[in-house]
Amino acid sequence: MLREGELRIPSGCAISGIIDKKGKKFNGKEIIKSIALMHDRSNGLGGGFAAYGIYPNYKDFYALHIFYENLSIKAQTEDYIKKHFDIEKAESIPTRYTPNIINVPLIWRYFVHPRINVCLSEENFMDESEFTSRCVIKINTDYKGAYVFSSGKNMGTFKGVGYPEDIGEFFMLDTYEAHMWTAHGRFPTNTPGWWGGAHPFTILNWSVVHNGEISSYDANRRFVEMYGYKCTLKTDTEVITYLFDMLVRKHNLPIEKAIRVVSAPFWDDIDREKSEEVRSELKSIRAVYASALVNGPFSIILGFEKGMIALNDRIKLRSLVAAEKNNRTYVASEESAIKIICDNPEKVWSPKSGEAVIVLMEGEQE
Amino acid sequence: MSLNFNTPDFEVIREESRCIQCKVCVHQCANTVHSYDEEDNVVCADDTKCVNCHRCVTLCPTKALIIRRHPLEFRENSNWCGKAIKEIYKQSQTGGVLLSSMGNPEPFTIYWDRILLNASQVTNPSIDPLREPMETKVMIGRKPEKLEFDSDGKLLTKMPPNIELKIPVMFSAMSYGSISRNAHESLARAAEELGIFYNTGEGGLNREFYKYGKNTIVQVASGRFGVHKEYLNTGAAIEIKIGQGAKPGIGGHLPGKKVGEDVSATRMIPVGSDAISPAPHHDIYSIEDLRQLIFSLKEVTGYKKPVFVKIAAVHNSAAIASGIVRAGADAIVVDGFRGGTGAAPTRIRNNVGIPIELALAAIDQRLREEGIRNYCSLIVAGSIRNSSDVVKAIALGADAVYIGSAAVIALGCHMCHSCSTGKCNWGIATQYPELVKRLNPDVMYKRLVNLISAWNHEIQELLGGMGINAIESLRGNRLMLRGVDLNEKELEILGIKYAGE
Repeated sequence: MLREGELRIPSGCAISGIIDKKGKKFNGKEIIKSIALMHDRSNGLGGGFAAYGIYPNYKDFYALHIFYENLSIKAQTEDYIKKHFDIEKAESIPTRYTPNIINVPLIWRYFVHPRINVCLSEENFMDESEFTSRCVIKINTDYKGAYVFSSGKNMGTFKGVGYPEDIGEFFMLDTYEAHMWTAHGRFPTNTPGWWGGAHPFTILNWSVVHNGEISSYDANRRFVEMYGYKCTLKTDTEVITYLFDMLVRKHNLPIEKAIRVVSAPFWDDIDREKSEEVRSELKSIRAVYASALVNGPFSIILGFEKGMIALNDRIKLRSLVAAEKNNRTYVASEESAIKIICDNPEKVWSPKSGEAVIVLMEGEQE
Repeated sequence: MSLNFNTPDFEVIREESRCIQCKVCVHQCANTVHSYDEEDNVVCADDTKCVNCHRCVTLCPTKALIIRRHPLEFRENSNWCGKAIKEIYKQSQTGGVLLSSMGNPEPFTIYWDRILLNASQVTNPSIDPLREPMETKVMIGRKPEKLEFDSDGKLLTKMPPNIELKIPVMFSAMSYGSISRNAHESLARAAEELGIFYNTGEGGLNREFYKYGKNTIVQVASGRFGVHKEYLNTGAAIEIKIGQGAKPGIGGHLPGKKVGEDVSATRMIPVGSDAISPAPHHDIYSIEDLRQLIFSLKEVTGYKKPVFVKIAAVHNSAAIASGIVRAGADAIVVDGFRGGTGAAPTRIRNNVGIPIELALAAIDQRLREEGIRNYCSLIVAGSIRNSSDVVKAIALGADAVYIGSAAVIALGCHMCHSCSTGKCNWGIATQYPELVKRLNPDVMYKRLVNLISAWNHEIQELLGGMGINAIESLRGNRLMLRGVDLNEKELEILGIKYAGE
């Protein structure tokens, strides 16, 4: 049977996210409790978490989390990493025995810094984030049996095959403190059972958890691949992550414009806009980034260094609920998944189709 | 003069018990097939002149007429079939180049018919166009690589000129001259009502049609007939015609008998003179010359109008298309070997060029590999027969399509392949006033509106079924396609998987 990445597997899912905009950290137990409540939205074939602010002691280093299928590919990949990065620390990611988690790969993490001379020499000039993302894409494309599943700074992804609550237990997330957590429970319609296929999907500091199946997948994939990305996983989540990375990091679009790109307003709504300036801006966005419009049912939670964004498709074909209490904002596929960890929220709402919930860390600007 | 070896292609069958000798057929047939014998009070037919255009059949009040293939057969021979033999008779009699009209009729693979579309089931919902918005609008023209905003979020990038199509279908270039004034008027009015565009073809634009300018694409071909500053500035976009699918490698040809007063004034040529466009543009001998023409046209129109470049689908189309993008075109038009024509040498029409499906797939892929696909729009033509062809073309990578044959069929064309005779009984491909007036633009433009509106409904249903509510999400979305009855090489070029994969 073909593995994920060799074919495209549609899947339905549960998602949940919590952010403290003042940056106060909290334990991974909460997010596990939230995602566990939506147990029936996953089927045990994938679960995962992204946590921001977990590596304060290594906050200036890229944290590469890597799955290896065997020791020989580990040695080869490490050769490549050593050539391109200075490794501050390399270790096996701590896990605990969890009965339902089986077929565990080797799971390592490396805190690294790009080797400036390599950055400079390889393609004239590249900034370190571009360099790092290219190296990650290179490993994931060319080193069969190795898979970099997290590559941001002061953040990390933890994921695997299993129910999300079991994955959380396995990775000992109760021992991590973060100011922002996102989680995902997966219901793929096929059974490849590959660890790399679980969500969140990440590149650099971007992480995406996603519920839905995007019908524009191949249009989006062929678009981002023009700009140097390689969709190795063939999942919707991967392509959405690359879209945001491209729009925000490479094309420098303000985040709210990037949202307009992926969840574009309807032409009729654009025509109804009173201001000529707004109208022509929205028109330009739709014309130039037509192939970056994400179509079909989705709800996603994007994490990045500045905060969290939750977004629905243009006609809200997937559920998404948000709530606020004190400094925290919660988003989840179901309201119950928020209520179980947050008594009497100050505000609970269902974001409108195409309307993003944007929560930035205090002091950050859009 | 030697014996005429030609035998009739069609047989006119008249059910005598139904015929009331009303002579409608006699009056209607410009080929003078039917004649009335007063003495015997019967209507007779000369089969040899019949082109099977169905005019008489359609108008016969008692439905007494049937036209069918003439039963006369040559001795069975797979190699020397009747067609091959008859062509030799014709050429040995006249010493001329064989002329044909409409697109390549030979039995080459029609790839559209071997491609199947996807639909949503369970894992994502299909979208119901009766209840949800379903967008088919597209913007044609050059796009910048990215948009830039200032620190206040104000857009800094200035958009190059684009034209907006409410439906991704336009009427292909058919010149005034090759088709009638009434046919042109029908196309122009339909384009206006539909929010799409029609194309003047290479014969200039009659001044009375300047009022449809905002829905007109003005063509500049190698003959430069009717091209002047006002003409260029009247259209919404300009199309440089390098080639045409029906006759790659040669220019257009309008027989002198189609050049009356009005056509002569529009084309700026003498009455009755043949309008023969040179095979190449004499100011374009390579890609750098094309760039100069593109920019001359932009200069003359103040950089306010997109400039398209139209080529025939030929072996090296992908590389040529890449050059055209780099030369500064705002859109590339590719016309496949099944594209129609008013007149083309038969050998060229039937043997030169490649299928549009393969050319389109190759061009879209090539432009993506070079990272320039997003700069430029890609429009395809060359036998788009229905809405599912449109959808498949867009999924392979087109922005929009042009239709020519389908449009004239909507106006009454019965595909008799005889446009070059100028005696079109339906008033389309003719300049004879008595024939032209048979086509009433007030009625016929509505048929075009109906056709495209119907296609739009079908496109919306197909899109909704795929779980897509904006046509741009279909563009280049080849995962929505699967092939049947195709070999691996064909699948590879089309960039699609086999059904079941």
